[in-house]
Amino acid sequence: MAVAATNQTGARPSRAGRRPPTPAWVGTVPFFAYVGIFLLWPTGIVVVDAFKNPNGAWAFSNFTELGNPLVRGYFIGSFKLCLLSSVTGAVLGAILAYAVASGDPDGIVRRLYISVSGVLAQFGGVTLAFAFLVLIGPVGLLFHASWYFDFPWGIGLIYTYFQIPLMVLVFLPAIDGLKVQWREASENLGASAWQYWRHVGGPLLMPAFLGATLLLFANALSAFATIQAWENQIAYVVPQQISTAMSSEVGLSNVNVADLLALGMVIMVTIVMTGYALLLRRAGRWLR
Amino acid sequence: MAALTSVGEAPIAAPAGRPRGMQASRRRRLNIFRYVCFTIFGLFFLLPLLAMARFSLEGPTKLGTWSVDAWRQIASYQNTGIPPLLSAIEITLELAVITCAVMLVLLVPTMVWVRLRVQWLARTIEFLCLLPLTIPAIVLVVGLGEIYNRIQRISLSALMLFWVYVILALPYAYRALSAGLTAIDVTTLSEAARSLGASWFTVIVRVIAPNMRAAILNALILTAGVVLGEFTIAYLLLYTNLQVELYSISRNTPNAGVLFSTSLAALLLTFALLLILSYAGRPRRGRG
Repeated sequence: MAVAATNQTGARPSRAGRRPPTPAWVGTVPFFAYVGIFLLWPTGIVVVDAFKNPNGAWAFSNFTELGNPLVRGYFIGSFKLCLLSSVTGAVLGAILAYAVASGDPDGIVRRLYISVSGVLAQFGGVTLAFAFLVLIGPVGLLFHASWYFDFPWGIGLIYTYFQIPLMVLVFLPAIDGLKVQWREASENLGASAWQYWRHVGGPLLMPAFLGATLLLFANALSAFATIQAWENQIAYVVPQQISTAMSSEVGLSNVNVADLLALGMVIMVTIVMTGYALLLRRAGRWLR
Repeated sequence: MAALTSVGEAPIAAPAGRPRGMQASRRRRLNIFRYVCFTIFGLFFLLPLLAMARFSLEGPTKLGTWSVDAWRQIASYQNTGIPPLLSAIEITLELAVITCAVMLVLLVPTMVWVRLRVQWLARTIEFLCLLPLTIPAIVLVVGLGEIYNRIQRISLSALMLFWVYVILALPYAYRALSAGLTAIDVTTLSEAARSLGASWFTVIVRVIAPNMRAAILNALILTAGVVLGEFTIAYLLLYTNLQVELYSISRNTPNAGVLFSTSLAALLLTFALLLILSYAGRPRRGRG
């Protein structure tokens, strides 16, 4: 602490020379303490415990458990569901975002869709599963979808309900960034609409589109409440299996399975979000 | 997506904005595309909600009848083995209030302070605030489970969930507050106040905070939204909040009308909060 304090005052001349200098960073200590205890500590526990056996001894062989066919099955399930819902959500969301963006920038439709998207992108969870259950489930009002309880399809449809609005929110700024001049320039050079999208608009939007798809992927990966309320008997995805491992009767002997699966999820999300950040930087080169 | 025009083209405002104009046929095609889009997506978003509304008005005994029983039951619903619905609602609302208060006290002074005095920490704070987006709640809860288990000796009330909820809402609150802070000239405001003899406390509470009222309100509403919809952490730490209660009811009595009335009420509350936000966010004249 003392070393840090001297460094600080040395690097930055203190303004209040008359008082004994209390370094200014002291004011941020409560924040760092809070985040440290409730965010970094739990995450640290997960990472450390993933490499321990239930007795508390180090066991790096735990890691090979991720290759266990059963464990791999949950990751594959997660991957399928996330891929399905993020690609569907991204494509449909991009179409909707284009329809919104091509209207009056101050119009009522645009404002309505943006604020509704803000609500619906957060509207996951138990309630959403209920809503689809009474729409197309076994007691559905609209029709009784026989595939409602089929694994990637039924739940994938439910996921698109919050993925599309999220896509609209994330992708709209990118579409707004397309300059009118680019379109005019290509038209002056004799390009058809198809050629414009194929050679100008498409490549410009592609990094932003892929980045947004990755964000949707991460979003679907961490969702738990919706799928749990949809079907709680069979665990299809990693979060469900973590939940089972945490609350199973076996208790302590299973705790580290949860840690291991959680670590696997952190790794997956980190990879996806790194890709997202890189693509975002690439997209920022032209669209701002 | 073929035969489209440039972005920002408004059917009403177009001729004045762009001398070149579009061919009438192409504009018509674009508009058809837009309205078809809005109708289809609008139906997709509305139908599940309507189905839920219809089920919440279903008569208790006979299908196809109308009654407001389910809405009346919100106040009195009770079932064996699960806590009464009303207590879960109370706890969730209390949690929302506490979480908002803690968020405000923790984040606003820290962010103002960092901006004024310790700029070199700004990136670190931003990184930590956005970190919960990459660490899914299901991962956080695995680590937290051990911390909560350790202090379980003093049996904790469900209200203690607010410690974690602050972390979950951190990214949303941070973004809202950060937008508000960049919009005002914090340095000039604080220098003026300081040179008039104000303490740092006065600067933050009486000078800067009132100037970013809209951003603070925004942050609070987003925080409340996160708390109202939270399921994962409460469920896995074996606490009962609104979402967990709804989940338990649906496991006991599938398709109980009260499920849909309560879900819809919660959703309407969120919509109402956002409506307040969109009004309060507008710059207003006439009041000091």
